[in-house]
Amino acid sequence: MRARTSGRHIREAFKSVKRNGWMSLAAVSAVAVTLLLVGSFIAILFNVNKLASDIENDVSVRVYVDLAADEEQRVALGENLEKIEQVESIEYSSKKNELDQVVGSYGDEFNLFEGDDNPLRDVYIINTLKPEDTAEVASEVAEMDNVAEVNYGGAEADRLFELMGTARNVGAIVVLALILTAVFLISNTIRITIFSRRTEIEIMKLVGATNWFIRWPFVIEGAIIGLIGALVPVSIITFVYINGFDTIMKYLAGTYFSLLNPAPFLIYLNALMLGIGILIGAIGSILSIRKFLKV
Amino acid sequence: MIEMSNVYKKYSNGITAINGLNIKIDQGEFVYVVGPSGAGKSTFVKMMYREEVPTQGKIQVGKFNLVNMKQKDIPYLRRYVGVVFQDFKLLPRLTIYENVAYAMEVVEKNPKVIQKRVLEVLELVGLKHKVRMFPNELSGGEQQRVAIARAIANMPSILIADEPTGNLDPETAWEIMEVLEEINNQGTTIIMATHNSTIVNRMKHRVLAVENGRIVRDQAEGEYGYES
Ligand SMILES: Nc1ncnc2c1ncn2[C@@H]1O[C@H](COP(=O)(O)OP(=O)(O)O)[C@@H](O)[C@H]1O
Ligand SMILES: [Mg+2]
Repeated sequence: MRARTSGRHIREAFKSVKRNGWMSLAAVSAVAVTLLLVGSFIAILFNVNKLASDIENDVSVRVYVDLAADEEQRVALGENLEKIEQVESIEYSSKKNELDQVVGSYGDEFNLFEGDDNPLRDVYIINTLKPEDTAEVASEVAEMDNVAEVNYGGAEADRLFELMGTARNVGAIVVLALILTAVFLISNTIRITIFSRRTEIEIMKLVGATNWFIRWPFVIEGAIIGLIGALVPVSIITFVYINGFDTIMKYLAGTYFSLLNPAPFLIYLNALMLGIGILIGAIGSILSIRKFLKV
Repeated sequence: MIEMSNVYKKYSNGITAINGLNIKIDQGEFVYVVGPSGAGKSTFVKMMYREEVPTQGKIQVGKFNLVNMKQKDIPYLRRYVGVVFQDFKLLPRLTIYENVAYAMEVVEKNPKVIQKRVLEVLELVGLKHKVRMFPNELSGGEQQRVAIARAIANMPSILIADEPTGNLDPETAWEIMEVLEEINNQGTTIIMATHNSTIVNRMKHRVLAVENGRIVRDQAEGEYGYES
């Protein structure tokens, strides 16, 4: 396409968006709402996925020592743990130490548990050689004396993955329905433009304008609506994600877990939303112009 | 050159508008298409620029085979065949100049070429002094002349006019005929469907009479031949 021609198409498209003010606004809003949901959904899904794999990759098994156990029994337990084949390293954290950590990350309210009031237990933190070993090690440890409780990430990860599988399916259906609605609204908006310009289209066809020459202004009009519609959720999600990221990461400090970094995740997500917006718009207009171009 | 052989056209409502039609028209001819209302005149000319596609038969227009032609070649056929209608179809918000230029812009002609050609065709139809006016400031005859100027702007080899004087008073009709005659003298084939017996009988050309979707009379320098 020649530069002169594209300039003409783009001018025509912008004129139309303005002329159809309210319809354009409705279509822009539909795209905005759709993409806001799509974008939030993707952001949440990907982060939960990230957390789940963080959990899954966690090689640690936490072994809580029974409160009734004395010093000697506790040391014996430690020695037994060392004998397990898949264990790479063992770390011991006394209940005092555990409390200090909690106070460190959640604040002074926990300060009231001092000395013998400490409700926490002594803990052995086992690191296994591989993440897959945790389940087996945990069940082996649970059999041992003086063990109050055994925790490991794998079990929770499985539950999380399962939950996400369902969320993904339900989400995909909702997203698809929303996208179809947006396409429908855009194609209706474009239909009004086409209708108001039907004499021009008729003349263009009669004097031999090519189908793409006739189509372009409408496709661009749809794409502009889609793009404007996408800019709204892009701004909202960018703002919320960056702020949310800082806040949540503060809580996750010192743990094995983290959210996806805004760069590059947010950049990809925004590019995806802009892309979907433009595509929804273009498809919407191609759909409505199709039948006008026969003959 | 236009050639139709054994052409049938049945509309989706079951009406057979063209019923086994054969014709050959050479480059540079001036042809009237006459016949009663509903005889199939419009359908006949519409098939020449592929507004309608025949149900059966062969149609050749210049180098275009209109039956098994590809969708993407249709725009090029339309540049080869210009069309004028009874109701002008001008764009009310564009000036006379812009209306004609529009036809050239949408086929992506060079702006310099457009400027020169638009003035040329408007001079040919005698409206060069009204380029800045809008269609509603012009008489019916003048509007039809703008439509003709637009139809020939892209230099088609064939000009089709379906009842171009149908909405005009007799005197204005003659203005149009003079313009068409001039265009024909420059070598463009003219095919004109009409009900105007005075014109056909006075400005003599080949006459094709259509009845029930067939050509029942093909007469050089012919008469209109129906009661008017
Ligand atoms: N688009 C159409 N769909 C169905 N029937 C049509 C259509 N156009 C014309 N016809 C029918 O075809 C016949 C020929 O019409 P037309 O070619 O317009 O005749 P004319 O121009 O000689 O008056 C008429 O009976 C008319 O009703
Ligand atoms: Mg007719």
